[in-house]
Amino acid sequence: MTVHGKTDHTKGSGTTWVGRSLRRLEDPALVSGRGRFTADIPATHWVRFVRSHVAAGTIDSIDAPDGIGMVTAADLKSLKSIKPMLSKFNYVPVGQPILADGVVRFTGECLAAVYAPSKDEAEDLADQVEVGITETQPLTDARAALAGDAPHVHAGTQHNVIVEGHIVTPKFEDVWTSADRIIRVEARSRRQNATPMEARAGHAIYDPLTERVTLTCTTQMPHLMRTAVCDILGIPESELRVIAPDVGGGFGQKMSLAPEYVLLVWLARHLRSSVAWTEDRRENLIASFHSRDQYVELEGAFDKKGKLLALRGDIVANIGAYSCFPTTCGVEPLMALAELPGPYDVRAYDCRSRGVMTNTCPMAPYRGVSRPVITFVLERLMDKAAGAFGIEPTELRRRNLIDAFPYTSATGLVFDDGTYRETMEMAIAAIGLGAFRKRQEAARTEGHYLGIGFATFSERTGYGSPAFAARGMEITPGFETVILTVDPSGFVEARIGSSPHGQGLRTSLAQIIADEIGVDPQVIKVVHGDTDRSPYGWGTFASRSLVLSGGASLMAAQKIRAKLLKMASHLLEASPEDIKLEEGSAHVIGTDRSVTIASMARAAYHQTHIFKGEIEPGLSENATYDPSGTFSNACHVAVVEVDIETGSVTLEKFLVAEDAGLIINPMIADGQVHGGVAQGIGNALLEEIIYDETGNIMTSTLADFLPPTAREIPEIELHHIETLTGNTITKAKGLGEGGAIGAPAAVISAINDALKPFDVSIDEMPATPQRIRAALRNSGKLP
Amino acid sequence: MTDKSDITLTINGKAHGIRVEARRTLADAIREECGQTGTHIGCEHGVCGACTVLVNGEPVRSCLMFAQQADGKQIRTVEGLAKGDEMHPMQRAFMENHGLQCGFCTPGFLMLAVGVLEREPDISDHDLVDVLSSNLCRCTGYQNIIRAVRAAAIEMRQS
Repeated sequence: MTVHGKTDHTKGSGTTWVGRSLRRLEDPALVSGRGRFTADIPATHWVRFVRSHVAAGTIDSIDAPDGIGMVTAADLKSLKSIKPMLSKFNYVPVGQPILADGVVRFTGECLAAVYAPSKDEAEDLADQVEVGITETQPLTDARAALAGDAPHVHAGTQHNVIVEGHIVTPKFEDVWTSADRIIRVEARSRRQNATPMEARAGHAIYDPLTERVTLTCTTQMPHLMRTAVCDILGIPESELRVIAPDVGGGFGQKMSLAPEYVLLVWLARHLRSSVAWTEDRRENLIASFHSRDQYVELEGAFDKKGKLLALRGDIVANIGAYSCFPTTCGVEPLMALAELPGPYDVRAYDCRSRGVMTNTCPMAPYRGVSRPVITFVLERLMDKAAGAFGIEPTELRRRNLIDAFPYTSATGLVFDDGTYRETMEMAIAAIGLGAFRKRQEAARTEGHYLGIGFATFSERTGYGSPAFAARGMEITPGFETVILTVDPSGFVEARIGSSPHGQGLRTSLAQIIADEIGVDPQVIKVVHGDTDRSPYGWGTFASRSLVLSGGASLMAAQKIRAKLLKMASHLLEASPEDIKLEEGSAHVIGTDRSVTIASMARAAYHQTHIFKGEIEPGLSENATYDPSGTFSNACHVAVVEVDIETGSVTLEKFLVAEDAGLIINPMIADGQVHGGVAQGIGNALLEEIIYDETGNIMTSTLADFLPPTAREIPEIELHHIETLTGNTITKAKGLGEGGAIGAPAAVISAINDALKPFDVSIDEMPATPQRIRAALRNSGKLP
Repeated sequence: MTDKSDITLTINGKAHGIRVEARRTLADAIREECGQTGTHIGCEHGVCGACTVLVNGEPVRSCLMFAQQADGKQIRTVEGLAKGDEMHPMQRAFMENHGLQCGFCTPGFLMLAVGVLEREPDISDHDLVDVLSSNLCRCTGYQNIIRAVRAAAIEMRQS
């Protein structure tokens, strides 16, 4: 069920494709088996990577049968390593070789690449490669890696802390000591894998005519992929074309540079042929990228009335063995540092956040980046505080949510207009909190433990280059460019730098453009994911594409609109103010005079003389957009029942009240929230990458790492408020990550609410039956 | 291991005479030997269901079946759902209900749902969710997949 609030869709042209649940233009091919994914492309050579079976050690030997095609680090001496940079936060640059060079730092690291005419043969040959490694003691736990006597994951570094940030607001201690009550949470988020249904794949083909390589791969950022691969190989970017075809989900895992792709391009050039690699699920689970492995200690200082005065935090993020490109491994600890206070008004803040290297798979962004973790911890703090004050958790939030905008946070973030309180009140009313408490009470007397959990949070979206510059990144993703062309046939092509892979952006952008220039979205083709065809851009991640490419699309469409009006004014002999663009034509308002946009487009190229030199030939405009950013917000509610005998959790209901500004396509927006919530529920209850003490992964199949199925996800009820932000020109905010940010906190909160009679605190994700049972056993209060 | 046998895979009514090793999975044979890449491979260990096809009308995880086991049997894949330009009600329902985002798991869900509804047109809502829980989707949270299959079920019963 979805309930949309009243929205004022005011668009330049007066027509309203925006705001409609237009069916997706992407779908006909995808439901017919005509999607084109990387693994669908045939190749002459297939690559199988020989991966390390140990977590830490030195390589003594890599022996292969005579005559097989194999690449090792010795062949790649001319290549640079993957070494992203940060200029702040005590960042220690470490390099990742394309193939392990003498030292192995995590289980699954690529040691060699074997190639053969078929996938099966390559796998058979890779099995015959014998690897000798002298094992050393691996570090898998971030706290263990902090110990003074811990070995160093990278020789030559002073310690395993690779990035460290610390924010202390002035006179923090004064505020802290003035508080009435201190509430403390010590929480743990276990390691996750984003698990797109399409694992990674790459295909590189050398063209002898142009001496270029085309790399088709499962990436969220084709342009940056090209830059990175060319930098490492030391070749001009003109020698590489990168294509992101249909990509089967990414969720952040496909926005970092994987060394495997560099090897494919190098090998295609070396063999002057085509080479391909399709990752299997085990490789994806052990060696793609992980995330969310964090310890968070958080204390809140409250006054007598439950107002939060100060927050003190310490975050330790396990970032694995290497630093991911382009964000660096600072992405998790620094996001946590900047955004930990969330949507609450708190003026005093003292927080340290560290990224620690271990012998585990490298960390990379995953939908929500740290915010699912910090929201869970902060909401635990608020729930515990509410318990201490003896009030409803929502009442404590009511006393602390920000409600005057723009609001500048203790960490310097500026929040634009939002509806933090309104969405929470909306959620309380829709779920029927009062009635639930009565039902909960009655159920307890019958041995059923129901719980309700609320999570209120902000989602920073659509931020431009200044936000990334503030982190000290060498690469500051920000702007997006759109090239909008009406060709002589009258069809419209929007070439964009973003790289959508399931978000429906082809449809949403077509809606924005259609409104502006008065054509049907069906005649607008959005082109993306090809460095030869699309302008330089940053790709699709961080809830940014609709805001940035949407803004650039609107700006380019405004220019096309102005030109069309000028042309129509010539042709119809009317003033541009009297002309309306709609349904594919320019009409003089109040008359029957009109001219089609298609015929004007034809004239713009083929009949330019009729405009007497007053209009430039052609009908193509560029626009680039680099906004300051905007905050979406939401309140999530989970209702659960916990079986105290088994520790299993059943989700009865999930409700979201959210505000992401103007909604361009409600159907697509709802779908984004659904998917995020399901991932968040998986994070909260099921999914966990587990290393044993030797650094081997115990969860290397989908039967061990447990993405939720249709059985575990309840009906998700959505409610929307649309606050038209002034921070973006479309008035839209991003919403891709929010579902994943709020859901874990709401679910964990509901579990704790259900278990209140046992006085336990579940402060670890995922809250597996084992962990819940252990807490109940230790409570000594089981019947 | 490399001994090959001649088999015939009949996919969407068309016979493909191919030579494959005994270990060749049906999924690989459909995609590579027969060139029908609409069937996707998500895990190769029978958990995700992206590779689901119909073999003699039954939904099967084609990564868990050898090509030789399907010799001579009727195989249906996503490419065979539409009749010419007319889409199958299940395909239409997925588009109308936003039952897909990235589209990678979609062919498997379509074949699973079609196979089950052809066998059991009056399946209860509860049982339907149970059936759909055999495949994984990472984008939709299943909300609109369930909605789409329910909508298609009504239309399939009527026709």
